[in-house]
Amino acid sequence: MNTKKKSQGFSVRSVVATGIGAAVFFVLMKFIAIPTGIPNTTINLAEGWLALIAGLFGPVVGLLVGFIGHTLNDAVTYGSPWWSWVIADGIFGLLLGLGKKYLALEYGNLSTKKLIQFNIWQAISNVIVWFIIAPIGDILIYKEAAQKVFLQGAVTAVVNTVSVAIIGSLLLVAYVKSRPKKNSLRNE
Amino acid sequence: MTMNNLFGYKERDTWLNHTTGTAKLVGFLAISTMGMISYDTRFLLALGVLAIALMKMAQIKYHEYALMLKLVLVFAVINLVMVTVLAPQYGTQLYGTHHALFGSGYWTITQEQVFYEFNLLLKYLFSLPLAIILLFTTNPSEFAAGLNKIGVPYKIAYSFAITLRYIPDVQSDYHTISLAQQARGYEISKKASLLARSKGAVQIILPLVFTSLDRIETISQAMELRRFGREKKRSWYQEQAFSKRDILVFVGSIGVIVIGVGLLIVNGGRLYNPFQ
Repeated sequence: MNTKKKSQGFSVRSVVATGIGAAVFFVLMKFIAIPTGIPNTTINLAEGWLALIAGLFGPVVGLLVGFIGHTLNDAVTYGSPWWSWVIADGIFGLLLGLGKKYLALEYGNLSTKKLIQFNIWQAISNVIVWFIIAPIGDILIYKEAAQKVFLQGAVTAVVNTVSVAIIGSLLLVAYVKSRPKKNSLRNE
Repeated sequence: MTMNNLFGYKERDTWLNHTTGTAKLVGFLAISTMGMISYDTRFLLALGVLAIALMKMAQIKYHEYALMLKLVLVFAVINLVMVTVLAPQYGTQLYGTHHALFGSGYWTITQEQVFYEFNLLLKYLFSLPLAIILLFTTNPSEFAAGLNKIGVPYKIAYSFAITLRYIPDVQSDYHTISLAQQARGYEISKKASLLARSKGAVQIILPLVFTSLDRIETISQAMELRRFGREKKRSWYQEQAFSKRDILVFVGSIGVIVIGVGLLIVNGGRLYNPFQ
């Protein structure tokens, strides 16, 4: 009875956060899109959600949510996953998850400075992922033409940076507002 | 919308339906990976024919996958046009020879380019029937068990199971919230201006995000109470023992891998070059 076995690695909460996170990611990616006015380019709400969930639960959950969510969306929409972009989305989640400790969203304190730093970091991550990792994956895995994949990557990086800047920041602020502040209990 | 018609799974009485999810998953991954690596036209064509034959055997009707096929075709055409416009000499660069068909200067279209783009088109298309078979003949709950069986840690497989289980719930949440917000006057259809639509979308995702975060808490507490994650292994309700059929699928997949790798060696690389 007393043998306490510590559950290893991935906590139960992370398992569930990954599962639900990927489900919401999938639904947002597939069903809600805000057009930007440029054809075939939409503000991607799913990436904003990924920013929040990665910021709350860390890099591993971020990686898996991006990976599972994107795989399922590709599978249901196009029949088979486009692996280089799936991997890129996973790495994007991982990079954003690295900011978990620094942002400390659960304690309800998000200064303007932190929000700006978050946005700089997400812009850098977007460029790394969509302008470097995804096109190189396309070239290595699929032997696509470099000119084409780098153009696609550049457009995606810009659009996703804007999406996360708007939707991601909005979600972070809304979440933090809903949390009680640290040290908010006072002796009376 | 239920999960079954989201993924198109239906019970059909064919051998592909009776094969276990694990075997189909392994077969799909083996064939699509080989097809992804190889640029051998003959090999890709053969895989495509095999995939279509399998789809016929699975008795999947055209109208069930028509939408998917159209999306993939649109995707393929956009990509091929982009390659032609941005890199019209890429084929020459890959195959190392130059057989002009028409055009001049930057816009010279070569046989190599046409051949390369034909290969690309095959690559976009060949795995679609396989994916359709996998999605349409496998009970979604079997995927998690299958993933665990091929070596994915069970916690990750379980996350995947939760995703599949909750997509319909999240969808119905989304639908409810969307209707409620529209009743309050937020317009999200194409009639509204861009700004109004963005506002509407935000008004929908905020409640969706918060209900989903609450859901994470509730479910993880329930699972904690049932001692999820205490042991190193777990069993699956949908797990099935392998039968002769499954062994045949495994053997077939190994066959495809052997042929694919053999062709890589014979061709001295990933490309099949008919120009030399």
